[in-house]
Amino acid sequence: MPLALNLKRLEAESIGIIREVAAEFRNPVMLYSIGKDSGVMLHLAMKAFYPSKPPFPLLHVDTGWKFGDMIRHRDQIVARYGLKLLVHTNAEGVARGINPIASGSQLHTQVMKTEALKQALDKWEFDAAFGGARRDEEKSRAKERVFSFRSAGHVWDPRNQRPELWQLYNTRISKGETIRVFPLSNWTELDIWQYTRAQNIPVVPLYFAAPRRVVKRDGVLIMRDDDRMPLLAGEVEQTLTVRFRSLGCYPLSAAIESTAATLDDIIQEMITSRTSERSGRLIDSDEAASMEKKKREGYF
Amino acid sequence: MDASPLRFLTCGSVDDGKSTLIGRLLYDTKLIMEDQLAALQRDSRKHGTTGDDMDLALLVDGLEAEREQGITIDVAYRFFATPRRSFIVADTPGHEQYTRNMATGASNSDAAVILIDARKGVLTQTRRHSYICSLLGIRHVIVAVNKIDLVDFSGERFHHIVGDYLGFAQALGFTSIATIPVSARFGDNVTQRSGHMCWYDGPTLLEHLETLDVEQALDGKPFRFPVQWVNRPNLDFRGFSGTLVSGSVKPGDRVVVAASGKESKVTRIVTADGDLPEAHAGDAVTLTFADEIDVARGDVIAHADSRPDVVDQFAAHVLWMAEDEMLPGRSYLMRIGTKFVPARITSLKHKVDINTLDHTAAKTLALNEIGLCNLSASTPVAFDPYSDNRATGAFILVDRFTNATAGAGMITFGLRRATNIHRQSVLVDKASRLRMHGHRPAILWFTGLSGSGKSTIASVVERELHARGAHTYMLDGDNVRHGLNRDLGFTDADRVENIRRVGEVAKLFVDAGLLVLCSFISPFRAERRMVRELVDAEEFVEIFVDTPLEECMRRDPKGLYARAKEGKIKNFTGIDSPYEAPENAEIVIDSRQGNAETAAQRILAALAERRIVG
Repeated sequence: MPLALNLKRLEAESIGIIREVAAEFRNPVMLYSIGKDSGVMLHLAMKAFYPSKPPFPLLHVDTGWKFGDMIRHRDQIVARYGLKLLVHTNAEGVARGINPIASGSQLHTQVMKTEALKQALDKWEFDAAFGGARRDEEKSRAKERVFSFRSAGHVWDPRNQRPELWQLYNTRISKGETIRVFPLSNWTELDIWQYTRAQNIPVVPLYFAAPRRVVKRDGVLIMRDDDRMPLLAGEVEQTLTVRFRSLGCYPLSAAIESTAATLDDIIQEMITSRTSERSGRLIDSDEAASMEKKKREGYF
Repeated sequence: MDASPLRFLTCGSVDDGKSTLIGRLLYDTKLIMEDQLAALQRDSRKHGTTGDDMDLALLVDGLEAEREQGITIDVAYRFFATPRRSFIVADTPGHEQYTRNMATGASNSDAAVILIDARKGVLTQTRRHSYICSLLGIRHVIVAVNKIDLVDFSGERFHHIVGDYLGFAQALGFTSIATIPVSARFGDNVTQRSGHMCWYDGPTLLEHLETLDVEQALDGKPFRFPVQWVNRPNLDFRGFSGTLVSGSVKPGDRVVVAASGKESKVTRIVTADGDLPEAHAGDAVTLTFADEIDVARGDVIAHADSRPDVVDQFAAHVLWMAEDEMLPGRSYLMRIGTKFVPARITSLKHKVDINTLDHTAAKTLALNEIGLCNLSASTPVAFDPYSDNRATGAFILVDRFTNATAGAGMITFGLRRATNIHRQSVLVDKASRLRMHGHRPAILWFTGLSGSGKSTIASVVERELHARGAHTYMLDGDNVRHGLNRDLGFTDADRVENIRRVGEVAKLFVDAGLLVLCSFISPFRAERRMVRELVDAEEFVEIFVDTPLEECMRRDPKGLYARAKEGKIKNFTGIDSPYEAPENAEIVIDSRQGNAETAAQRILAALAERRIVG
């Protein structure tokens, strides 16, 4: 099936962005977070350099609290594409006993995601890092550049971003500075699913509805992926047919009740859905300008 | 849905209801979700300006500072789709101090919605927005006369405003101008036809956007393929990856590398989905050629019978985007297509008043100002005029020290001077002069504060070189400022031009085989670097005479510091004009250690070490 024209345009734009990074940077890396957006981004990278392989490794920042299904999917994909995967976990955070249940979502995200990411970028001296964020996800992301400058220390200053005209990206940086690159900037959630379907891109099974053991906590459904998550007083585990729209650490990712078991179902559900994708990401609702704050500190 | 997606921007100022209009489009096309609506209701009570109604503008003002101040500072991109078409909206601020943000949004847009407040009519800012859209190559505008509810839905008022607008917009060369009366706050004629304006029978804003044909026939334009990346997985495959920015190409087509004129034939159009029989504008592909011709990132591939111009000098409109003003003569890094090349603005022909469109004479461009400039690139570049091709006629200028994006340019035409005048080839070259002189030519560039002792040291060095039979010449502020540069003052722009001319003269002397001693305060790194780049790397020796300001002021051999402190001399380096110390000078002299003679000996030793003199 030939691609719809709008997806074809988005695909070509993203491929152009990905090639640009390979041509201009000394040591780029692609952040691979295992979700649907990462899946599309990786697929585009494979297409961009064909018949060559992408000239950069993948990096997964593992908080230790991802769904088991995600890690299995990650390892399958890496083997299938034959790419190099780097995995980094903030050992210091593990030693301090930071976790999403006892430490709270804010501290866990700060230490195990944001700090861990900065450690990894410093450790391997990457000068450019691809991320799968989209502008339609969240208000502060709507103002993000495609090539987003980070001063030494990975700081984002939203008031002082480089103007970005045409496709003439400014790729120049000094030592210690880095660029975050967002090839999916102009994609919407619906575009991602339609492209995933059109191109047969494999996704984590958690996106599809199935009977799963969940517990209702703070008004949302949380899946107990392993026994590290204790039940609180009065909580009961129940089996419901649920799926996930967005995947993160399992205690921080809310499931939705749904029967969408195929890509077609998911797309149909999206078209009629009345809640946004990140509504299930508990880390976003900490404060109104929560994402902007995290991004300033170095979160992707 | 298989229409091409539409990218458009909205222009208007704080009070015109621009963010409200986008909020309305998102709301009415059901792109606002329940949880976002809940957040909006919370925020409306906190920052809103619409009483108990939801403030739709808060949906699009993303940054904390914007929500607090109720204004749009940066470009925000918004997405929505109808069953007929998908849209990307660039929401840009309208104030004059945000011209660069508006230009950014316009650069990637095919159409513009220009908001006019029905109560206020066509304002200065309406002209400014229209001019910037026109300059950035937008061909389709939609004039949305907003807040029509506040003038009692008056058709008379609307037609009066439309008449005013068309009066001045004729000159801007738009292909289509649509005019629509709307109320963004209440939704009239945005996505739904208004029941209040029976005198209007045109389309709603959304209907118009859905059907607007912006395909600029990119496919029908000449084939242009800027090479992004050389694809070389193994010895058997050598392809060139990039995106066709215009035109189309087939295997068998005869093509050229624009800059070198080298020709070959396209053999394959490779993609991960298989080879293509033909590629069109917008396609990201990998081309292979029949011959092993030299092709690199930055090259532009074109059909042999329809080539872009290749010049090193051209005229362009430049929009300045940096806090530091644009200085003619200073070297910037120009990005055009996939190529980065050093370039200078050689002259500013005029500045454009973006409110009146009048031309005024000027020496520099400040942040958000636009001027018509002549530029000179260090190597020839392939381009088309911006009005013919946005992708091959646009460039950005990057500051070489801060790496900030300092300017955006749109090429109007190449300068014939560069295309038709060829360099006189020389029979006596540098190598033959070197044999005769017995030493290598070089520029010895002495920089330091006034009174640092650089001229004194340079004189001793010259005397010693002369004694060894070297051919030398001394250029300093006194002998240059009284003749060659008599017309220049001491503003930043004049200082840059002063050093540029000195650099060019020194370069000629280097060609003649001489050792040129230049003694200039030359306070800016950018200009010293500009001179450095005029000659070969080993032919420029920067000598930093590092004397602290207090010491120079104590010495004050010409009494200049005393007069500067009294305010009798303006723009005096160290007093009210900055000195940027060299970071990587070849030789650093601390003039508090020893005297001019010992300093000169150190310099001579360093020159011998570099094998400039024996």
